[in-house]
Amino acid sequence: MKIEQYTPAEERLFYILLAFGGLVSVIGLGAAYYMEHFGHVVSGMTNQVFWGLPHVFGIFLIVAASGVLNVASIGSVFGKKVYKPRAPLSGLLAIIMLAAGLFIIMLDLGRADRVLIAATHVNLTSVFGWNMIFYPVFFGVVGLYLWTLMDRRMHGYSKAVGVSAFIWRLAMTTGTGSIFGFVVARQAYQSAILAPMFIIMSFAWGLAVFLLVQRSMYAWNNMELHPSVRQRLKNLLAIFIAAVFYFVVVYHLTNIYYAKETAFEHFILVSGGIFPVLFWGGYIVLGTLLPLFLLYHPAIWPKSGSVCAASILTIIGGFCLLYVFIIGGQAFPLDMFPGMEVSSTFFDGVVGTYTPSLPEILLSLGGLGVGFTLTVVGVRVLHFLPQDDLAKLQDAGHAFD
Amino acid sequence: MTERNQTEKNSDKSTAARRNFIGAVAAAGGLAAIAPGIHLVQVSQANTPPRPAGEAASKAVRWGMLIDTTKCSSGCNDCVTACATENGINETVKDARQGSQWIRKIDIKEVKTGRSHSLPMMCQHCANPPCVDVCPTGASMKRADGIVLVDRHICIGCRYCMMACPYKARSFVHQPLTDQNPEVPRGQGCVESCTFCVHRIDKGQQPACVETCTKAGHNAMLFGDLNDPNSEIARRVAQVTTTQVRADLKLDLGVRYQGI
Repeated sequence: MKIEQYTPAEERLFYILLAFGGLVSVIGLGAAYYMEHFGHVVSGMTNQVFWGLPHVFGIFLIVAASGVLNVASIGSVFGKKVYKPRAPLSGLLAIIMLAAGLFIIMLDLGRADRVLIAATHVNLTSVFGWNMIFYPVFFGVVGLYLWTLMDRRMHGYSKAVGVSAFIWRLAMTTGTGSIFGFVVARQAYQSAILAPMFIIMSFAWGLAVFLLVQRSMYAWNNMELHPSVRQRLKNLLAIFIAAVFYFVVVYHLTNIYYAKETAFEHFILVSGGIFPVLFWGGYIVLGTLLPLFLLYHPAIWPKSGSVCAASILTIIGGFCLLYVFIIGGQAFPLDMFPGMEVSSTFFDGVVGTYTPSLPEILLSLGGLGVGFTLTVVGVRVLHFLPQDDLAKLQDAGHAFD
Repeated sequence: MTERNQTEKNSDKSTAARRNFIGAVAAAGGLAAIAPGIHLVQVSQANTPPRPAGEAASKAVRWGMLIDTTKCSSGCNDCVTACATENGINETVKDARQGSQWIRKIDIKEVKTGRSHSLPMMCQHCANPPCVDVCPTGASMKRADGIVLVDRHICIGCRYCMMACPYKARSFVHQPLTDQNPEVPRGQGCVESCTFCVHRIDKGQQPACVETCTKAGHNAMLFGDLNDPNSEIARRVAQVTTTQVRADLKLDLGVRYQGI
C-alpha cells in the first residue's frame, strides 16, 4: 500500500467516497433487517409478484459480475495483449459485483438467517442449488486467478487458471439464465435461448461497468485512455450491445410466432402499462439505440464522455430489460385454463401490480453501496489501474492483438 | 428418481388394475346400476386407514382428489373456510395480495360459449412437482405417498417454488403469525401450500375441505388412494372422464377434475 502517494485532497476524497459507500451499505442492511423483522408485508411484493426490485438489482449484479471478467478472459484466454493490463481490475470487479449481488439476493430471502442451510442442503435438481456451487467456486477461481496475476512466482499458472475462470463463468451465467429457462409454468420463461442470452447480456453489462470504473480511475489519476485502446473497447461494447439486441429480438419473435404466447407478447410489448414503456423507451431507445449511436457516430464517439455515456445507458437499458423480464413475467397471469375467463379471490386472471417499497429500494441500493465501497477500497489498496505500455506493444509489432 | 420410477410403476400397476376393474364392473353392470348413489356417498365419507406413528409413508399409496365441478356451485366457499379453520390461516392482511390461500375457488367461463364452472384450486400434488425440482434446499419435497409438502425447517423463503408452480398454489407468509394450529406449523418468511391435511390423513381422516364438502351434502370432492383399485376415487377416475389442469406439462397430478 502506497497511501503516501496521495495528496491530502485525494485522501479526503477517498474517505468521503468510503463514508458514502459505507453509509449506503449500512442503510441497505438496516432495510433488510426491517423487512426480516416485520416480514415482507412491508415490501411491495405479493403472492402474485414475489420477486421484486431486489431481484432485478441482484441478478443484474450477478450477471454483470460474470461479464466483467470477460475483459480478463480476452487477455488471458484469447491472448489479446491490450486486455492483459486490465485483467486484475476485471477479476477484482467480478468478485466484488458477485458479492454485491448475493448481498441483495440473500438479504431478501424470507429467512435470511437460514442462508447457511442453502449451503448445507443442496438440491442438485435445482438451478438455484447449482448456483450454491457456482458462486463459491467462482470466488475461489477468480481469487486464484488474481493471485497468479499478482505473484510473479504464480505467473506461469495464469493462463490455465484464466481458462478455468472463463469456463466457470460461462457455466455460472448459463445457470443464471436457466433459473428462468427451466421454469415451465410461466409464459415469459421456459426457453433455452435464455442461457446464451444471459451470457451475452453479461458481456455487455460487465464491460459497461468495467469501462465506467476504468474511466473513474483514469480521471482520478489525471490520465487519458489511449485513443486506440479506447476505440477498441468502445467497438467491443457496441458489438455486445448489438448482440444482446439480437437475442432479445429472437426471443420475442419466437414468442410472437407461437399462438399461445401472443397474449403475453402483446402485454409486454404493447398493452402492459409500465412494461412496454420500459421495454421500448428504457431498453430499446435508451439502452440500445442511443448507446450504439454514441459509439458509432464518427463525430461523437471520439469526444470525451461519449463512451462513458454509452456505458451508463447500457446499464440503464439492462436494468429496464431485467425489470420487464422479471416483474413483467410474473405480472402476466398464469394461463391455467386456455380459452377461459378466470376469476378468483387470489387474483387469477388478473394482471399483477407491483410498486417497490422504500425498504426494497434501500436494500437494492445497499447492494450497489457494498459494490461501490469494496471497489473504492480494492482499487486503492491493490493498485489495479490498467496501464498500457503502448510503445512496448508497438515495438513488439503486435499492438492490440 | 427411484421414488419417481416407483410412482410410475405404481401408476402402471394402477392402470392395469383399473382396466381389470373396468372389466369386472362391466360384468357386474346390472348390479352397479341398481345401487348407485348411496354406496358412493358412503365410501367417500369413509376414513382412510391411519398411519401408525413411526411408520414411514408408503409408496404403494398415491393420495389423490377428484373434484366434480358439476356439483360445485359458484357461491359456495365451504371448502375454503374449512381449510382456513383447520390450518389456522386466520391472519388479517392489509393487502389481500399478500395473504395466504391454500385453497381458493376459481370461476371459469368459456369465452366462446359462455359455459361456466366453479372449482376449488389448490396444490395439485404432482407426481413430478416442479416446486420440488427447483427448491434449492430440498425443503419442497414429495412424500412417498404423493403428498407434496414444504419442510418448514429448511425453507429459506427464496420463492423459487412459487415461480415454478403452474397452479399458483403456493403462498409466501408475509408477516408474523399467531394462534397457530400446533399440528400445522406455519412461519413468517416461508412458503406454504395445501398439505392435503396430511396431519388428518395420517390419523385416518379425510382432508378438512373434503369432509366439509361431503357433510354439507355437496359431494363435489372425493379423496382417496388412486393406487388402490378398490378405492372409490380409483373407480370413479376409471369410469368418468377427468381432467388434469395443464395436462400438457405431464406432471401427473394428484388432483383431477370432472366436468370441465
